[in-house]
Amino acid sequence: MKRRIPLLAYSIASLVLFFGGWQAVVSAGLVSSFVLPSPIDVIDRTITMMIRPFAGALLWEHALSSIGRFLGGFGLAAAIGIPLGLMMGRFRLLEDIVTPLFEGYRYVAPLAWVPFAALWFGTGIGGAIMVIFTGAFAPCVINAYRGARLVDRHLIEAAQTHGASELRIGWEVLLPGALPSIVAGLRISAGLGWQSLIGAELIVVSSGIGYVMIQGQSNLSPETVVTSMLVIGLVGLAIDFGLRAAETAVRRKWEGQ
Amino acid sequence: MSEIVIDNITKIFGEGGAKPFTAIKDVDFHVKDREFISVVGPSGCGKTTLMRMVAGLETVSRGEIRVAGKPVKGPGPDRAVVFQQFALFPWKTVRENIVFGMRSKGASKAERDKAVHHYLTLMKMEGTEDKYPHQLSGGMQQRVAIARSYATDPGVLLMDEPFGALDAQTRTIMQEELVRVSKDNPRTVMFITHSVEEAVYLADRVVVMGRNPGHIREVIDVAQTRQAEKWSEEPIDDVMEKSSFTHLRGQVWRLLREQMGDDM
Repeated sequence: MKRRIPLLAYSIASLVLFFGGWQAVVSAGLVSSFVLPSPIDVIDRTITMMIRPFAGALLWEHALSSIGRFLGGFGLAAAIGIPLGLMMGRFRLLEDIVTPLFEGYRYVAPLAWVPFAALWFGTGIGGAIMVIFTGAFAPCVINAYRGARLVDRHLIEAAQTHGASELRIGWEVLLPGALPSIVAGLRISAGLGWQSLIGAELIVVSSGIGYVMIQGQSNLSPETVVTSMLVIGLVGLAIDFGLRAAETAVRRKWEGQ
Repeated sequence: MSEIVIDNITKIFGEGGAKPFTAIKDVDFHVKDREFISVVGPSGCGKTTLMRMVAGLETVSRGEIRVAGKPVKGPGPDRAVVFQQFALFPWKTVRENIVFGMRSKGASKAERDKAVHHYLTLMKMEGTEDKYPHQLSGGMQQRVAIARSYATDPGVLLMDEPFGALDAQTRTIMQEELVRVSKDNPRTVMFITHSVEEAVYLADRVVVMGRNPGHIREVIDVAQTRQAEKWSEEPIDDVMEKSSFTHLRGQVWRLLREQMGDDM
């Protein structure tokens, strides 16, 4: 425990130095506040946006609408990707059928789907969900597949010789067996999904943090853009923190066994 | 009536490929209902493959296996397997592991609770129902696995070197326990082992297999001697010192040694 305190002190020092330096550069007039808003400008802007609507809503409402879309796309990716990955791990035939398509898809950047998302869904919520889905889907599939392949063969055979149906094998053997790998995959998946969401919002929707950012840019308000970046970073951090906690919990439980 | 009919089977791995390998050739054998047979043989004689084919975990290349009159098409709860690696579900408690197979057969909550109580008492493991496998010793884990298989109430129990991963003392205790449990709950048992002592001590008949390719070399009857000499009423160490036991053990050993000689 003694060691933690100095480490925390370094972290705080680095933050203070960064924001202090940033403020100093702008205050000293080295760069125009129009090119780089100062931290104080950003905080001021953040508070304003929390109490006065910008681009049709308050800041936290924009954040919530982004989070809602994220959960939609991420949830869909997990709901389809995890069972698909587990089945690919269980059935060689399915693996052979899916793999070529999957390998083709996974190297297409999520943002490359934006034109189609716009074409198919217009500015509705579907477009954004589709883009997040394309970002989040691959790690769900890959990690569920890998996890399923690593499940001890004897456990599957024990389930079979004790009369378990394929559904039960999937639910009670493959899923729990692959869980550590799946949760690690969800963390990667959430990161990619959240990043692609912002990209999608820049283009296809009329609310959300990405939308606020693009509005800030066209209103020549760089502090709005930085505020948005800050929110994106913080929400992303919170998502990762939650999933990391889940990952640690699962790993601790599973590795004890 | 769960008899096992192994009807002239051959197993070829990689058949049709560049390097087909005949693991078992022309094995023909019947296990009677509620008979306990053990299968011994040198490594590579195909004894585990034979058991896996009866379990339905491996396909048969030629011939047919029938259990209770029905051809084996795949794994099923009428042929529960006890594995050397225990194969307990690490994320399930002792209770959940024991009832796993019962749930496949749609047993009610009351029946399941009763079975958990019954088998844990039988295995002298009362009070462990909510523990996880990793909290138990190897011997305890294998008891749970055996309880899981018995609780599924299969006509046939297949055991693949179930005590092979246990230390010598635990192994001896487990052998005695198995004799005790199977006396009260007779099933058709096929017990695969490396150990000649274990094979002779447990079985009604010992199947001695040979290799290149795997075949049955001889089948030795033990049941008569066991009953006449009342083995099951004495501790395993005393049984192993009886001349009736050492005689049978010697017989199996000689067959195995001849087999080794064939290869040299």
